[in-house]
Amino acid sequence: MKQLITGNEAVARGAWEAGVRFASAYPGTPSTEILENIATYEEIHSEWAPNEKTALESVIGASLAGARAIASMKHVGLNVAADPFFTFAYIGVNAGAVVVTADEPGQFSSQNEQDNRNYAKAAMMPMFEPSDSQECKDMLLEAFEISEQYDIPVLFRMTTRVCHSKSLVELGERQDVPLKPYVKNIKKYVAVPANAGPMKVKVQENQALLKVYSNNCQWNRIEMNEPGIGIICSGDCYLYAREVFGDDASYLKLGFTNPLPDDLIREFASRVEKIYIIEENDPYIEEHVRALGIACDGKNIFPRNGEMKPEVIRSVIYGEEYPVDDEVRAAVIPRPPTLCAGCPHRGFFYELGRRKNIMVSGDIGCYTLASGAPYHAMETTVCMGASISLGHGAQQVFDTIEGNKMRVISVLGDSTFFHTGINSLLDVAYNKSNLITVVLDNRITAMTGQQDNPGSGRTIQGEIIEAISIEAIARAFGFRNVRVINPNQLTEVKQALDWALALQEPSVIITRWPCALKKQTPLDQEEFKGSFTSVYWVNEEICIGCKKCTRTGCPAIVFQVAKKKSSIDPEKCVGCSVCAQVCPKQAIQKVEA
Amino acid sequence: MTTKNILLTGVGGQGTILASKLLTEGLLSQGYDVKMSEVHGMSQREGPVLTHVRFGEKVFSPIVEAKRADVIIGFEELEVLRNLEYLREDGKGTVILNRVRVYPIGVQNGSEKYPENAAELISARVGKMVAMDASEEARKLGNIRVMNIILLGASVRQLGLEGIDWGRIIAENVKPQYVELNQQAFELGKSLS
Repeated sequence: MKQLITGNEAVARGAWEAGVRFASAYPGTPSTEILENIATYEEIHSEWAPNEKTALESVIGASLAGARAIASMKHVGLNVAADPFFTFAYIGVNAGAVVVTADEPGQFSSQNEQDNRNYAKAAMMPMFEPSDSQECKDMLLEAFEISEQYDIPVLFRMTTRVCHSKSLVELGERQDVPLKPYVKNIKKYVAVPANAGPMKVKVQENQALLKVYSNNCQWNRIEMNEPGIGIICSGDCYLYAREVFGDDASYLKLGFTNPLPDDLIREFASRVEKIYIIEENDPYIEEHVRALGIACDGKNIFPRNGEMKPEVIRSVIYGEEYPVDDEVRAAVIPRPPTLCAGCPHRGFFYELGRRKNIMVSGDIGCYTLASGAPYHAMETTVCMGASISLGHGAQQVFDTIEGNKMRVISVLGDSTFFHTGINSLLDVAYNKSNLITVVLDNRITAMTGQQDNPGSGRTIQGEIIEAISIEAIARAFGFRNVRVINPNQLTEVKQALDWALALQEPSVIITRWPCALKKQTPLDQEEFKGSFTSVYWVNEEICIGCKKCTRTGCPAIVFQVAKKKSSIDPEKCVGCSVCAQVCPKQAIQKVEA
Repeated sequence: MTTKNILLTGVGGQGTILASKLLTEGLLSQGYDVKMSEVHGMSQREGPVLTHVRFGEKVFSPIVEAKRADVIIGFEELEVLRNLEYLREDGKGTVILNRVRVYPIGVQNGSEKYPENAAELISARVGKMVAMDASEEARKLGNIRVMNIILLGASVRQLGLEGIDWGRIIAENVKPQYVELNQQAFELGKSLS
């Protein structure tokens, strides 16, 4: 039976069909739906891990214990998991293991555009690159076979379009893959220098064997049409190239891309006249082809950044122009994403944006939107958890300046705190910087679409658990100054900031209110009773049109330009009351039931 | 047949995702090869949504090439304008336009001006424009949310896909209590097109 499904759904289906028993991930666009879909199969034990490193390490354990296992993450997640990733290649597997990386050419929702194919090469790990959903499923099944046959984990490299595009997939049945017995094998699994030397030699020998596989496997194939143009490509670029050239070109379609198939590349080169390498981001294939002494065109003519969409290829090769419609472009205005109506971050950033002599060290989540209008209350964003440690370093330097007035406020969300912020907070506790850490605890991983985390009170499979307490962690680290506040109460926010700024030692503020979109647990319903049930309105007779309320950036507030009065969309308002507290005339009032 | 290129464009919460799901299900029932691609990472936060749907005998790319869209199904005026450069330029492109404006935050707070002439700019650049206030029509039917299905009905007529059993496709993909309403909305959309 064929179904139209996304690449992410196909990977989940493939994991199920491959007999996978353990899966772990940290949410990150565009990979999030892989584990969400895997979790719908009851035969697979699925977990949201606190971060990608713990996800991969638990997958290593699951593999050694005898279960086929899979870890999935976005491209930058593999940076976090890079430490276990490299040595996992050395120790190898017991049952098959696959690491999925979802790269983002075009950077739709990421802080960088790194090309994770480089990781496979650097770690000497076999790699697959599917083009569509059917290949996602088929290659994943093969990846587990390769993993077990060559005793090595496999990197499975997807990109945003492969993850989020739907195409037809022929579904299969789940394979019966029994647990393999765990066998104590210190020489194989303990990567101390004496063992790791021979391990490295084994991995190198493996690469030679895998090269033979790469030259002969079904995933790398020549499609001969006209010999004038020969295109070497992988992933979604193959689909784009087919779209542009059709049967007017011949193709070397690569699906298994580490190690690359030298013999096949040479054969293809001998059969075509002019070679183009079409790939997104880095010249990964191109550099290899050039190293084989084969002349080709690649990044010398194609862009290194963004997606290699059909129009990009066509304009480079055929010089087709896509003229800009100036009149239309001039009329189009931006539609930036905003913090939702009722977002508990709003009240906090409204107050924070008014402070002077501070540096706000930020992090990754919905709240990164606070770097934009109208708050402009976030000054750095690097990677998950960096807010605290980056802020720590900055505060240490500021404090070496005589008469320093600059204070650093590090801001991050609950999920980001559990991810890697927790390590950074330990640095502050240990090295004693005068840092203010603010954890925006909205009780969920919101940015990626409501995934549970250690503080949400629930697992991915819906089991209610005791939420991990952030304030208890801070106190356990030795922080004496810890405050939990309701960010919707501006006076509380103001007082907490005043308090923390007056202290000459580190402090932790936890703003605690659930995301307006969270499906609340019974415990949430108890703690936040009555949240999101009221609506506010603007009494136009009192409103003076000062626009202060619009500076909260709430999408429920509409300023009526003609009337010079504010109004509130009752369909959007969920009653956080921040705008009412900001109004100097008390024109914004609660709708009485 | 050559591959047909359709774009659905709107704002998060307008129901573009259900409309594109029904469209692709209908196309699959006719034995077409179908591909679809979505960018919706920010849709929960008032951001734009753009869905690509391509169908034919054999489809390769899941995304529509610039200047190659046959039909744009526009749920919101500004979003059609934003994606208008996708439309084919030979005067044979069709736009189904919902005469609805969802103001971005900049317009709401009075710092930016909504392009009031969006519909004129669009109609000057298309072979055919079918405009309607599907939101108002949906309200008259008793539920603003079926606006997406009205637009789908209108689009199906323009795409010449009326031979597909859409009643069944709707019945199989929406909650039982909403099947009849959605089927009505679909027929209304066809008649308005």
